[in-house]
Amino acid sequence: MARPLPFKIAVVSSVLFIVCTNFVRCNNGRKVGDVMDTEFSGFSVPLEHSFEVDDVAKFRVRGALVLKAGREPSVSLTQSQLSEEDRTKLKEVAAVDGLYRVRVPRVFLQADRQTERQMEGYLTAFVRACAMVESHLSDVISLHTDVSGYLIGVSIVTLPGACRGTEVEDEVDLEVFNTTLSIMAPVNAPGPETALFLERMEMESEKKGKNPQEQKSFFAKYWYLILGGAIFLMVTNSAQPPAGGGREQS
Amino acid sequence: MAKLIWLCLQFIMLYSTVEAVFEDQVGKFDWRQQYVGKVRFSHFDSHVQSSKKVLVATENNVFASLNTRTGELFWRHVDKTGPEGNIDALLQHGQDAVLVVGNGRLLRSWEINIGGLNWEVVLDSGSFQSACLVGQQDTVKHVAVLKKTVISLHYLSNGHQKWIENLPERQAVYSGGNGEVYALGVVPHSHIAIVAYSLEDGEIIKQISVEAPWLSKIQASCSVIDQGMLTCVDPATVSLYMLDLHLQSQMTQIPLQSLGLEVTPGFQPVLVSTQPNPARPPLSEFLLQLGPEHHLLLQLNNGHIVTLRDFKPAMLVSFATTGEKTVAAVMSPKNKTACSINLFSGETGRRLLDTTLIFNMDPNGGKPEKLYIQAFLKKDDSVGYRVMVQTEDHTLTFIQQPGRVMWTREEALSDVVTMEMVDLPLTGTQAELEGEFGKKADGLMSMVLKRLSSQLILLQAWIAHLWKLFYDARKPRSQVKNDVTIENLSRDEFNLQKMMVMVTASGKLFGIDSKTGSILWRHYLNNISSNPAFKLMVQRTTAHFPHPPQCTLLIKDKDTGLATLHVFNPIFGKTSHISPPALTQPILQSLMLPLMDQDYAKVLLLVDDQYKVSAFPSTKNVLQQLQEMASSIFFYLIDSSQGRLSGYRLRTDLSTELIWEVVVPTEVQRIVSVKGKRPNEHVHSQGRVMGDRSVLYKYLNPNLLAVVLESTDLHQERSFVGILLIDGVTGRIIHEAVQRKARGPVHVVHSENWVVYEYWSTKSRRNEFSVIELYEGMELYNSTVFSSLDRPHAPQVLQQSYIFPSSISTMEATLTEKGITSRHLLIGLPSGGILSLPKMFLDPRRPEIVTEQSREENLIPYAPELLIRTEWFINYNQTVSRVRGIYTAPSGLESTCLVVAYGLDIYQTRVYPSKQFDVLKDDYDYMLISSVLLALFFATMISKRLAEVKLLNRAWR
Repeated sequence: MARPLPFKIAVVSSVLFIVCTNFVRCNNGRKVGDVMDTEFSGFSVPLEHSFEVDDVAKFRVRGALVLKAGREPSVSLTQSQLSEEDRTKLKEVAAVDGLYRVRVPRVFLQADRQTERQMEGYLTAFVRACAMVESHLSDVISLHTDVSGYLIGVSIVTLPGACRGTEVEDEVDLEVFNTTLSIMAPVNAPGPETALFLERMEMESEKKGKNPQEQKSFFAKYWYLILGGAIFLMVTNSAQPPAGGGREQS
Repeated sequence: MAKLIWLCLQFIMLYSTVEAVFEDQVGKFDWRQQYVGKVRFSHFDSHVQSSKKVLVATENNVFASLNTRTGELFWRHVDKTGPEGNIDALLQHGQDAVLVVGNGRLLRSWEINIGGLNWEVVLDSGSFQSACLVGQQDTVKHVAVLKKTVISLHYLSNGHQKWIENLPERQAVYSGGNGEVYALGVVPHSHIAIVAYSLEDGEIIKQISVEAPWLSKIQASCSVIDQGMLTCVDPATVSLYMLDLHLQSQMTQIPLQSLGLEVTPGFQPVLVSTQPNPARPPLSEFLLQLGPEHHLLLQLNNGHIVTLRDFKPAMLVSFATTGEKTVAAVMSPKNKTACSINLFSGETGRRLLDTTLIFNMDPNGGKPEKLYIQAFLKKDDSVGYRVMVQTEDHTLTFIQQPGRVMWTREEALSDVVTMEMVDLPLTGTQAELEGEFGKKADGLMSMVLKRLSSQLILLQAWIAHLWKLFYDARKPRSQVKNDVTIENLSRDEFNLQKMMVMVTASGKLFGIDSKTGSILWRHYLNNISSNPAFKLMVQRTTAHFPHPPQCTLLIKDKDTGLATLHVFNPIFGKTSHISPPALTQPILQSLMLPLMDQDYAKVLLLVDDQYKVSAFPSTKNVLQQLQEMASSIFFYLIDSSQGRLSGYRLRTDLSTELIWEVVVPTEVQRIVSVKGKRPNEHVHSQGRVMGDRSVLYKYLNPNLLAVVLESTDLHQERSFVGILLIDGVTGRIIHEAVQRKARGPVHVVHSENWVVYEYWSTKSRRNEFSVIELYEGMELYNSTVFSSLDRPHAPQVLQQSYIFPSSISTMEATLTEKGITSRHLLIGLPSGGILSLPKMFLDPRRPEIVTEQSREENLIPYAPELLIRTEWFINYNQTVSRVRGIYTAPSGLESTCLVVAYGLDIYQTRVYPSKQFDVLKDDYDYMLISSVLLALFFATMISKRLAEVKLLNRAWR
């Protein structure tokens, strides 16, 4: 990995450096993604991030996601620390309220062969860079798949999520990512619960049949009160003429 | 089971609010207008001299009878939508109207007086070509239907098939009343083939084939005149071709030049003949159109063509027959705003005296398109007539001599695409008062004077109002008419009367008074594309006097994506003097910002296909505001063909940057619809109080989008419906649910913290409703403000589903001013009913097992079936045909929500989801209350006096 000299230099030159390093890392990113492909059931894709002062996205590898397909897809992440130069840049980006973006390539989890897994395009998400800084790099990344196992979206939030403008003094806080990762498949929406409802009804009627005296329902017990109440209500309602009704057209 | 029903009934009785319309309230707050659509065929009922019926068959698959005196419907039959109910032909004979429906699938006969069905027969398959009535010896007893490869003859009396014959491809059928039926066909650029059948048994009498290499379509260019003389016009050689069906086997060519006629270059000449009685041959006179405004009346006289009359300029020409007389009505332009219609004798071409009729063209309407003439014989045996003019904007105007408009029907309203309701302006006096506050203070003295003068004006207005009341009170009620005109439009006390701005598919805009349903203004956009999409936005409401309200209509061509803006005043319909920006690039997205320019017009942002943003209005002030706000303006784009949802952020230079991207693979599913929340929605309560007095807070994300996905695989085991809840700012997928074994069409309502959707369950073969509610939990993350960028915790999601006993056409939720009133769902059913279903029945917290807490919370125990109760129909017997959309608007009263349902019909009403808690009833007994109050007052006075006396007496004792 190319690493610039840790000199304190003017802003202009640092930007220049950043541009250069980005270029190099971009190349590296692809290599890492390819190399880290493993033989066991999981496979890995790069997780890339970008944070720039001018907000033009330049993605570099942040880590590698190891995805395991199957009935219960799972995911794990290996990521390196943030370099010192990146830390300063992240703070700079946070100062101008820039964005911290992440992206993952589109993949199809259920495919057998590697060639079928990778698809064209990326899924991107973002948080405000200041939130990233103020949360000391503790983020929650979730990957969403669709019914058939295609990765359709990625989302990132930080905990806490707010930007309060608190200064992060300690550089060490910005070194290690504290990432909570999850992969989510769509929830099966419930259908109408007819079976349970009927079962309950049957059980109630059975109970009533067994022990008609004690197991009477509320309505069975107090039906005369309710009926009486209803009749009373109806009588009082009909005593006063109903809204609009019976009014003459005069 | 009985127990189940009993329980349900009990709960409904206990918990639901009872709503119904009393008999005397019918039509008081609601109105309905019925339409038929753009007229395709029209016949005047002529078998009775004094008939006042006109039959119309329309492109909306409606067959109806209109009253020619009033324009109202006598009866109407609405067939299926789409090609299945398409009306191919309308033939009328006496009291019967014969219709060919659904590309020749059905043959129907209607009784035209009451609109009853005489008979209906199903025809053999095959694409319909033509139909005609067949008569013999002055009686018409049969109808012939020609399909591509088969001709059949049916009895008019019962529809039974007399005979059916197969034949090679034919296009037209003709009968001249001599016991023969001719089927005419053309092999393009080769020859005409003619087969004559015997009326009695379908036997082929003769078969001839005539060379006609110039002919490609027989219906477009040929017509039979006189005694079976097939006449065709050929634009290439500019000549007429004639063929006697009985004799010759050779076409004679008559160059038009030999008749001294000339065709307008590039115009396809049209030939129109008339056959007043199907049992007799057509007349020998016919019309020939040679140019857009050039018509000729020609006559075939012993094989020679004679020009009877040359009409130039003439926009429209039409034949009409009454008794034995046939006339030609000619519409010719008079000046820019008016046309004159004259009658000419069919036999001689002479102009008939006193038959001029002036038709004033609406400057906000379209050009005349078709002319339907109702001719009748006057007492002195001269011909009188009335005319129904159809214009480009689908308007029907019925005119009597000498130009009195008897009625107009705005049939464009049968196809409303989108609408908005706009508050009416204040009256002049109210505005005067308002204006006082708006202006800058200029000295104490002048302010005082201004105030005094405006108070004086108010007093004057009040006295005038009192006088009017007093004056009206003496008149019987029926005579007091409060006609709404554009001049006296003003907001009522509770803002219940609004202006409905309706945009129709034909490109005509309407302003309709919501109280009475009368059309106050109309405006026809005559230069819109053939396949437009509309989006109507209110840029400035009426609240900013003296600035006029302003609406903007975005008209986008669906094919090219190019868009234009039409800016107008929604109260008067006038085009605004503000010139909208010319949009040269296709527009992808438009969004209305809450930002306002110095004239209080909200800013409209338009995103083009280069992802550049343009603002309208784009004054310096606006651009400056946009620059300041840019980092907090986000928008989303959806490309359903690629399954791509992407989010963008505005930059200060009005370019955009991509910030998030979600891609749904199109191989598996497609994006069907995306629903956000309505921007004018208010939620009063932040949370729900639970049984144990704790609060469950709602997840009220204003940026939340509900994306509906449908599987591409339609197999009933594998099909599914997916719901994605996505934050429109961050692209975060909040919730993802999939309803397996389900299919669309999916109808969605998204409001507050809930999404309700309806789908078809392929497994159980029924319609089901599902509701998703989102809650933050027992604690609110940030109670002061909601920011999508700072809500790290995912909300709790609750979901429940129910069985619904009917399919639905459309769905919308009620909307009130402050959101205090409970919500109802308004569901348009295919049966024409509009159901107001309380949202409390669609609540995922409905418990399976009733507990003390759930009872405390007033939760209805879960029952899998949602019942349709008849008193939930807000439109009682006022069926709304083919509901396509429901629009809801809040009124000034919190309890009241204004509802407009549109489809083929338009229905407007008010709903009170929590009953009228803020209104005294109509029959509130003011007398009783005031007399009781007075009596009590006097009683206290008297008893006080008595007590004093008593005390005094006691003191003396």
